[in-house]
Amino acid sequence: MKLRIERSPFYSRLKSIAVMFTSIILALALVAVIFYLYGVNPLIAYGKIFRGAFGSPYAWSETMVKAIPLLLCGLGLAVAFKAIIWNIGAEGQLLIGAIMATWIALSFPDIPSTLLIPLMFALGFLGGAIWGLIPGLLKAKLGVDEIITTLMMNYIADNLLKHLVYGPWKGSEEWGFPYTNKFSYSAQLPRIPGTRIHYPTLLIGLILTVSIYVLLMKSKWGYEIRVVGESREAARYAGISFTKIVLLVMVVSGGLAGLAGVGEVAGIQHRLRVGVSPGYGYTAIIVAWLGRLHPLGVLASSILFGGLMVGGDMIQVAMGLPFSVINIFNGLILLFIIGGEILIRYRVILTR
Amino acid sequence: MSVEFAVSAVRTTIKAGTPLLMGTLGEIYTERSGVLNLGVEGMMIMGAITAFSVTANTNDPWLGVVLAAMVGGVFSLIHAFTSITLRANQIVSGLALTMLGLGLSGLLGKPYVGMTIKRIKETQLPFIGDIPVLGPMLFRHDPLVYISMALVPFMWFILFKTKAGINIRSVGENPAAADSLGVNVFMTRYICVFVGGVLSGLAGAYLSVVYTPAWIEGMTAGRGWIVIALTIFSMWSPTRALMGAYLFGGVSAIQFNLQPLGVSVNILNMLPYIATVVALLVGTRETVRKRIGAPSALGLPYSREEK
Repeated sequence: MKLRIERSPFYSRLKSIAVMFTSIILALALVAVIFYLYGVNPLIAYGKIFRGAFGSPYAWSETMVKAIPLLLCGLGLAVAFKAIIWNIGAEGQLLIGAIMATWIALSFPDIPSTLLIPLMFALGFLGGAIWGLIPGLLKAKLGVDEIITTLMMNYIADNLLKHLVYGPWKGSEEWGFPYTNKFSYSAQLPRIPGTRIHYPTLLIGLILTVSIYVLLMKSKWGYEIRVVGESREAARYAGISFTKIVLLVMVVSGGLAGLAGVGEVAGIQHRLRVGVSPGYGYTAIIVAWLGRLHPLGVLASSILFGGLMVGGDMIQVAMGLPFSVINIFNGLILLFIIGGEILIRYRVILTR
Repeated sequence: MSVEFAVSAVRTTIKAGTPLLMGTLGEIYTERSGVLNLGVEGMMIMGAITAFSVTANTNDPWLGVVLAAMVGGVFSLIHAFTSITLRANQIVSGLALTMLGLGLSGLLGKPYVGMTIKRIKETQLPFIGDIPVLGPMLFRHDPLVYISMALVPFMWFILFKTKAGINIRSVGENPAAADSLGVNVFMTRYICVFVGGVLSGLAGAYLSVVYTPAWIEGMTAGRGWIVIALTIFSMWSPTRALMGAYLFGGVSAIQFNLQPLGVSVNILNMLPYIATVVALLVGTRETVRKRIGAPSALGLPYSREEK
């Protein structure tokens, strides 16, 4: 008997969704084994994660708080990945968005909210977009691999942020912590009472979910993005400018990540600080992939991963497990998804 | 510029460049066989935690180093399986490997935070170690530095002067042709990915038992990604990898020497990452100019049925 893998003539959306769920379950099962080997009862750990993430109205609200940046970053990445442009730099683009918003908030504390908040979002988008545009230009004009440049831009942004909060922007009232001063009230986003959900950002995220859907599925640009993603060769014959598409997807994905950064400083922290993002930009890669690069899929998976991050915090506090456990889960889920995709597209045949 | 300063600058350069050199040599073999492994960061950090924990428990840093190399190799087989056997997306698989490595090492390393271990001592080479200036610069390092240096001509020779090297390169350039000539494409690729994993594990071990003898979560700090950039910069040649890695080591030396002058630490910490972007830019331009492209089949899975 020999094992052979052959292209399957059948491809269904149902199968693909089944693979998603199987991937999640397999990853959860494998992490359970790791918990067990580490001396932690997996049932108790998962119980805590689930209750912490979805067990009460408050838990749900915290899950939504984490889902907001994941949604914004994930939507942008879905656009980039659709064109097979590997923007791994959402984390850095988010941080630059946060830095830009902070700059505005600290420079103009006294202008009214109605002006200040939109200005912060606009500059945050711009900052993230520019941070994405740099690797985009290098890719489009000089053929420089975007995976590495976007990643390097993350480290550069992280160090820029640290430089600012330890140096020139260090708060006078912050007892030596690496924080800027607190934003004035007009630079703080309103929240749903009793929660930390900064609803303006959530609303932006939901509007963008629809807009990105329209962009990708119904517009000429979306068509061109998809063609470039399918085949660069075909795109060239169809007269689609590769440069234009690369710059477009980098501006959109960078800008959206920038908006997420604005939400974090203006809605949650009310200041810029080290650790403003616990890796939202990296987790968003999986959010986009698990959502099958479909805006509604991204919305669903951002809530799932928001919950996982909240649950991850829970077991960190309650069971002394490091936060990096979530990385194990993220890595496994990605491996299972790409492995599973093969099972959708191919079938395993036993031959003699 | 005093002699002592020059000596210390070169020493810093070599020390900082060594893990990059190890990783790049490995990734060159992996990519030469046609597999892109973006999981270097993950394999490296798995090597780092393995070496550190083994050393902490057995007091034998060499056992730690050997096991770290093995763990790096085994870890790389995950990527080999998904990308060679399953023919899945190599970019996503590599990213997954990095996440997995960072996560697992964080979990495994938790009890070792803040611990100190016995480190590998520097060994002065006989005779040449006594040469003034050059001796302390080049020949008074720990054995891992010498091993990494020796690997350069060794791996260059295998790649360009032996049958095995021809096989590796042909599998990376045109797997179908190699296959029809009787080269085992799958086995060759598996071995090359494994070699990449072993060397990444070794690089991680160097970081945690020699360079900064400590365990810090995420201590590879993007070096795995710098390695991938250096692989392009080196145009897939072991000798150019040596140059590239020490060039980057030099950036670290600049960092150390500018710090006392009052330049912000965080601004200085940006240097290696900015340098990576520049190196990649230079490497890409040169690759285009000299028409030495990446291995033609890089990142493409191979199957006999679908050519």
